[in-house]
Amino acid sequence: MSAPPPSNDAAPPGAAVLLIISVVSAFLAIMGAGLTSDPIFRLQAETFALACVLAAFALNAGLSSGTLLHHPDRYSDGVIKAGVIATLFWAAAGLLVGVVIAAQLSWPRIFYFPELGFLNFGRLRPLHTSAVIFAFGGNALIATSFWVVQRTCKAKLAGGIAPWFVFWGYQLFIVLAATGYLMGATSGKEYSEPEWYTDLWLTIVWVAYLLVFLGTIWKRKEPHIYVANWFYLAMIVTIALLHLVNNAAVPVGLLNHKSYGVFSGVQDALVQWWYGHNAVGFFLTAGFLAMMYYFVPKRVERPVFSYRLSIVHFWALIFIYIWAGPHHLHYTALPQWAQTLGMTFSIMLWMPSWGGMINGLMTLSGAWDKLRTDPVVRMMVVSIAFYGMSTFEGPVMSIRAVNALSHYTDWTIGHVHSGALGWVGFISFGAIYCLVPWLWKKKAMYSNKLIEWHFWIATTGILLYIAAMWVSGIMEGLMWREYTPQGFLAYSFIETVSAKHIENIIRTVGGLMYLSGALIMIVNVWRTILMPSEAVSEQTPAPLATAIA
Amino acid sequence: MASERETDDVTGVETTGHEWDGIRELDNPLPRWWLWIWYGTIAFAIGYWVLMPAWPGLHGYTKGLLHRSDRAEVASELKALDVQRGSGAAMIRKASLTQIEQDPKLQAYAQQVGQSVFGDNCATCHGIGGTGSKGYPNLRDDVWLWGGTLDDIQHTITVGIRSGHPGARQSQMPAFGRDELLPPATISDLTEYVVKLSGRPADAAAVARAAPVYAAQCVACHNADGRGNQALGAPNLTDSDWLYGADRDAIKGQIHAGNGGVMPTWGGRLSPETIKALSVYVHANAGGQ
Repeated sequence: MSAPPPSNDAAPPGAAVLLIISVVSAFLAIMGAGLTSDPIFRLQAETFALACVLAAFALNAGLSSGTLLHHPDRYSDGVIKAGVIATLFWAAAGLLVGVVIAAQLSWPRIFYFPELGFLNFGRLRPLHTSAVIFAFGGNALIATSFWVVQRTCKAKLAGGIAPWFVFWGYQLFIVLAATGYLMGATSGKEYSEPEWYTDLWLTIVWVAYLLVFLGTIWKRKEPHIYVANWFYLAMIVTIALLHLVNNAAVPVGLLNHKSYGVFSGVQDALVQWWYGHNAVGFFLTAGFLAMMYYFVPKRVERPVFSYRLSIVHFWALIFIYIWAGPHHLHYTALPQWAQTLGMTFSIMLWMPSWGGMINGLMTLSGAWDKLRTDPVVRMMVVSIAFYGMSTFEGPVMSIRAVNALSHYTDWTIGHVHSGALGWVGFISFGAIYCLVPWLWKKKAMYSNKLIEWHFWIATTGILLYIAAMWVSGIMEGLMWREYTPQGFLAYSFIETVSAKHIENIIRTVGGLMYLSGALIMIVNVWRTILMPSEAVSEQTPAPLATAIA
Repeated sequence: MASERETDDVTGVETTGHEWDGIRELDNPLPRWWLWIWYGTIAFAIGYWVLMPAWPGLHGYTKGLLHRSDRAEVASELKALDVQRGSGAAMIRKASLTQIEQDPKLQAYAQQVGQSVFGDNCATCHGIGGTGSKGYPNLRDDVWLWGGTLDDIQHTITVGIRSGHPGARQSQMPAFGRDELLPPATISDLTEYVVKLSGRPADAAAVARAAPVYAAQCVACHNADGRGNQALGAPNLTDSDWLYGADRDAIKGQIHAGNGGVMPTWGGRLSPETIKALSVYVHANAGGQ
C-alpha cells in the first residue's frame, strides 16, 4: 500500500447515498403514518420518520459544511466513543427500569400506577430485559468489537459511513422496540418481543454490522485472525440466524403493527427457546468472551494462557450450545427425547464454557498482584468468576430432576442475574474503563477510588441479589410441590408470593446498589472525558501508514 | 508483528509466535483435569442416551433401555394421588352438603380440599384469608349478598354472578347519576337517607326530602326497611358492612354508578365434588346461615 495523501478531506464513502436513503425512508414512513388507521403503527412510523429526518439533516449539514470527514489513515474511533456513551446511557436506563419492577414486586400497592398503564409490570419487564440485554449489552458489543477488530487486524473499519449507520440504526431499533413495548406492541416472544417492522429494521442494521465486521477482517494486515474476532463473528452470524427464524411472522397488514408467528404450539415453543437459549449463548456468552479475550490480556499485559484451549473451547461451545435450548421446556408438551437432548448437551457444555474461564483467569499468571492494585483487573476477574459460576449452575439446572424444582422459580432469575450483572455487566464495565482513557487520550481514568467504590457497591449488590433469589426460588419451589398428608396442595400460589416478600426487598436493594455503582461509573467517565488530554497513551492508534509500512 | 516463537519469562512456556496489538498467546496444552471432566460429561450423555428416550429417527425415537416415559409416570403419580386422597371424593359425591358439614371426617376432608381450591381460585379476589376488599365481598363475616346457606353458596359458586352463565345470579342496580335518572341534589338527599338507615346521624331535612324517592326507586330491591333482598343480591343497608365503602362519598358514588361485581362460573371448571367441598369450606369459615 502506498502512503496515503497527506490531506484527507473527502467525505466518508456512502454518506451521500445514506442521505438519499434517509430522505426516501422519511417520506415512506410519513406516508405510512398518514395512511394507517392503527394508532400504534402511526406512532412507530412517526418515530421512524423523525429519526430519518434527523439523519438527513445531520448528514446534509456534515456534507455541506465539510465537517463530515473520512481519514483513511486513522482508525474509526468516533463511532466507538459514541458507542461507549450509548452503552452507559442504556445501562443506567435499563438498570433503573429493573429497580422499578423489582420495587413493584416488593410493594405492589405502592408502585402501582393504574392511570399510567404503560408503567405496569407487564410493559416494563420486557423493557428492562431488552434495555439491559440489547441496548446496554448490544452497544457494549458493537463498540468494543469495532475497537478490537481494528486493532487486531491493523485495519480501519470497512464501509465508509456504514459503521455510523450501524450505530444510529441500532439506537433507532432500541427506541422503536422500547416505545413499542410501552404501547403494548409485542410479538409475545420472550427476549424477542419487537414487532415485525422493528425486526426487519434490525435485520438491515445487523447485516450492515456483519458486512462492516467482515470487511474489516478482509482488509486485515495480520496473517491470522485473533480469537476475539472469532467470537465476535460467531455472535454476529448466529444472532442473525436466530433472529430471522424466531421472528418469522405474517403481519396483519402492511400498515398494522400486529403480526402472528408462523410457528404454533410446541414447535413455536421449541423455536422460541432455541432462540432464547442461544441469545444467551451467542450474545451474552460468545460476544462477551470476545471482549474478555482482548481486554483481559491487554489490561494485565500478559499473554493469553492457551491458544489450543481457545480453539478447542471455541468450536466446542459453538457446536454444543446450539442444542441446549430444549432444557427450557422440561416437563412440558415437548417430547421427552428432545428434553433428553437439551439436558445432555447442556451438561456437555459445562467444560467448553469453562475453557473461556480458564483462559481468562490463567492469563493473569505472573500478574496476580494487579488484582490488589488495579480495581479494573479485579472487576474483570470477578466477572470471569461469575461467568464460571453461572456456566456451572446452568448445566446443573438443566438436569431434569433439578429443573423440576428450579423451573419457574426465582432461582432462574438469580441464575440469569449472576450471569448478567456479574459476567456481562462487569466485563463490559472493565472494558469501558480500559477504553475511555484510550479513546479520549487520557493517561488514566479520572479516579481510581471511584472505580473501587463502583466495584464494591456493585459486587455486594450482586451477592445480595442472587442470594435472595436462591433462597426465595428454592423456597417457592418447595412450597409449590408440598402436599398435605391427605394429598392436597399445601400452599396456594398467592401464599408463595407473600412468602417471598423479604427476599424481594433484598433483591430491590441489591439492584439499587448495582445501579448506584453504574451511576458512579458514569460520573467517573464523564469527569475523565472532561480532563485535559495530557499524555497520549501507548494504545493511541498510530497512523495506519506507519503501522502497515 | 512477531512471527517467531519465544519463551515467556514468567511461566517458561513458549508463545505461539502470533501477536495482535501487543497480545501474544502461550502454547499451553489443554488442562488435563478440564479435558477429563469434559470426557466424563460426554460419557454421561452417551450413557443417558442409551438408557432414556433420546434420538429421533424417521419412525419414532430411541426409547432407551429403561423404557421410561414421562406420560406413564404422570399417569401413575396421579393414580397414587387418588389413592392418597382415599375414598373422600366418592363419599363427598354421595353425601349431602349438610351431611358433609356434620360428619367430622367428611368435614375435615372438605376443609382440606376447600383450602387448597380456595387459595388457587378464589383468593385472587377474596383474599388469602377470604376477607375480601373493596368490591370483593368478605367471606369471613355473616353478611351475605346472595344468601349464606350451604345451598346458596353452592349455587353461587356453580353459576357465578353476572357471569354470562344462563343461570347466573343476575341483578343490576341502576346508575341513577350517570344515566341521569335522578338529579344530583336528589342523590345527595338519598345518600343522607341511606346513612340514616345504617343508624348514623344524618341531615333530617334531606332524609325527609329523600323518603318519597327511596319509596319510589329503592324499595323494590332494598325493601322499605332497607334490609335488602338476597334473592336479588340487594345488600342490607342497615348494617355496617359496605361493599363499596361506608362514607358519604362512597355511598353517593354507588348511587351514581350502580356498580355490580362479576364472579365467574365455576361449574364445569371445578368438579361438582370440589364445588361441594368448597361450599362447605366457605360456609364453615364464615358465619354461614
